[in-house]
Amino acid sequence: MQNKKEKWQAFLLVFPSILAVAIFVYGFIGWTARVSFTQWKGLLPDYTWAGLSNYINLFTSDGRFAIDIRNTFIFTFLFVVGTLVLGLIMALLLDQGLRGESFFRSLFLFPMAISYIVTGVAWRWLMNSAAGSRMTGLNLLFSKLGMDFMFSNYTNTPIWGIAYIAIPAIWQLSGYCMALYLAGLRAIPDELREAARVDGASEFEIFRYIILPLLRPVTLSAMIILGHMSLKTFDLIIATVGKQYPLDMPSVYMWQATFDAHTYGKGAAISILLLVSVAVLIIPYLFITLRSEVKQ
Amino acid sequence: MNRSRTRYLSYIPLILLSIFFLLPMYVMLVTGFKSGDEVGLKYMWDLPKSFSLVNFQVAFTQLAPYLWNSLNVVIPAAVISSILGSLNGYVLAKWKFRGADVIFPLILFGMFIPYQSILIPLVDFMHKINLYGSLPGLVLTHIIYGIPITTLTFRNYYASIPNELVEAAKIDGADLMSIYWNILLPISIPSFVVVLIWQFTQAWNDFLFSVVLTSSKNWTVTVALNNMAGSQIVAWNIQMAASLIAALPTLLVYILLGKYFLRGMMAGSLKG
Repeated sequence: MQNKKEKWQAFLLVFPSILAVAIFVYGFIGWTARVSFTQWKGLLPDYTWAGLSNYINLFTSDGRFAIDIRNTFIFTFLFVVGTLVLGLIMALLLDQGLRGESFFRSLFLFPMAISYIVTGVAWRWLMNSAAGSRMTGLNLLFSKLGMDFMFSNYTNTPIWGIAYIAIPAIWQLSGYCMALYLAGLRAIPDELREAARVDGASEFEIFRYIILPLLRPVTLSAMIILGHMSLKTFDLIIATVGKQYPLDMPSVYMWQATFDAHTYGKGAAISILLLVSVAVLIIPYLFITLRSEVKQ
Repeated sequence: MNRSRTRYLSYIPLILLSIFFLLPMYVMLVTGFKSGDEVGLKYMWDLPKSFSLVNFQVAFTQLAPYLWNSLNVVIPAAVISSILGSLNGYVLAKWKFRGADVIFPLILFGMFIPYQSILIPLVDFMHKINLYGSLPGLVLTHIIYGIPITTLTFRNYYASIPNELVEAAKIDGADLMSIYWNILLPISIPSFVVVLIWQFTQAWNDFLFSVVLTSSKNWTVTVALNNMAGSQIVAWNIQMAASLIAALPTLLVYILLGKYFLRGMMAGSLKG
């Protein structure tokens, strides 16, 4: 039985945190939204109402934002699919109880512990597209191995340059995805596979018709988590290629529009669009995850 | 028999994957040790002929003030946000007040937002309270935006503790704080380790908040490293050595406390 006084004490204990989140998350989002409806340019705040014009301009007359949208789609697709596939392959390889399993698992996961900046700095050198006597990085390695067909211009490739940023991103996060799949695989009872084997199912059939469907919830969670990370990608791009127009993403554009060009209204509008795209993924996810928790 | 053969064949992709994961580390390490003529970009894959620590010394001297800044941000931020998370988690799991089930997801959403959407007000706010450019401002930022994940991890942990334990203590006359202090806190040390090292790693690796909120003398190590790498002046062997130094603290935590790191990581996907 809880008495009134203790209920108040309990509430007071969490109140500072609730207040902080209310202000710094929701209050600030509201503030940013308000800025996005103004024509604020320059260092001094200017809250002259501009309606939806910042948003309309982004979609109708802003070539850079069009590139951002295209890049976001290319990057997100390759990064999410690549990470899921590689993560699943690694989990399946390691789920067999091989000798050295924990070594490989730790190795595949270590990029999660380091910063995107470090990753980006290293991959910037690996994905160097210089040719001839200045050749270096992966191209040089391929040349040494006689695999010249693998030569690439990497991020200097026209239009598809952003696709190559997916390589370090996959490098960084496939271990995470592997860990999610491993947890999912461990939850599948061995009896299920044994029973299927007794019934004469091949290993591939077991994978296709038993394992994969049972992993569907993990795949869905991973897709949402990775998808929202991909929309927010910022550090990795800055560290790998800097602020380059053809390799732009909304997060980078927002930063430049706001803090370099001081077009606050535009920067705010980009960030609100970014927030909405993340919310579309995350809100249903939170809703479903928390509701299934209540049921349990 | 067929299955045991596939088991051995599994080592081929595993080894190829290992090479993929080690490539950047290999380059950082061998380049970091090279000096003089060996440094040329066309020797990127060659092993160093001699082990010189000069690059690491130079990189460390350049990074030292920023490493110190990072440490001064990351430790208080991790400790304070863990304590807040623990208190919140306790109340939200064991003392549900009316509306607690609405407030929890509202808090959680805060860990998924793109921080770009709060940056403009945040900078303005830091100017107003005179913390713009400073380390305390960055600490405060990390504490506040750390609350969702720390609250989540502790709430999930406390929810797994049987209610009977708390109820029995209440019957014995223990109040809110003494139950926390005497019963739950002592058994939540492992959760504290999980949350502390997760927050440590996140804050150490942060770039966005630091680059926006700190002035050049207060840069954290990620911002300093990014500027080093972007400049034409710093030789690339120094850059590689610096990258390794910047990665070392979190890498050490991962190597020494991997199990706890993994748990923190899994908590982030809400799967407790």
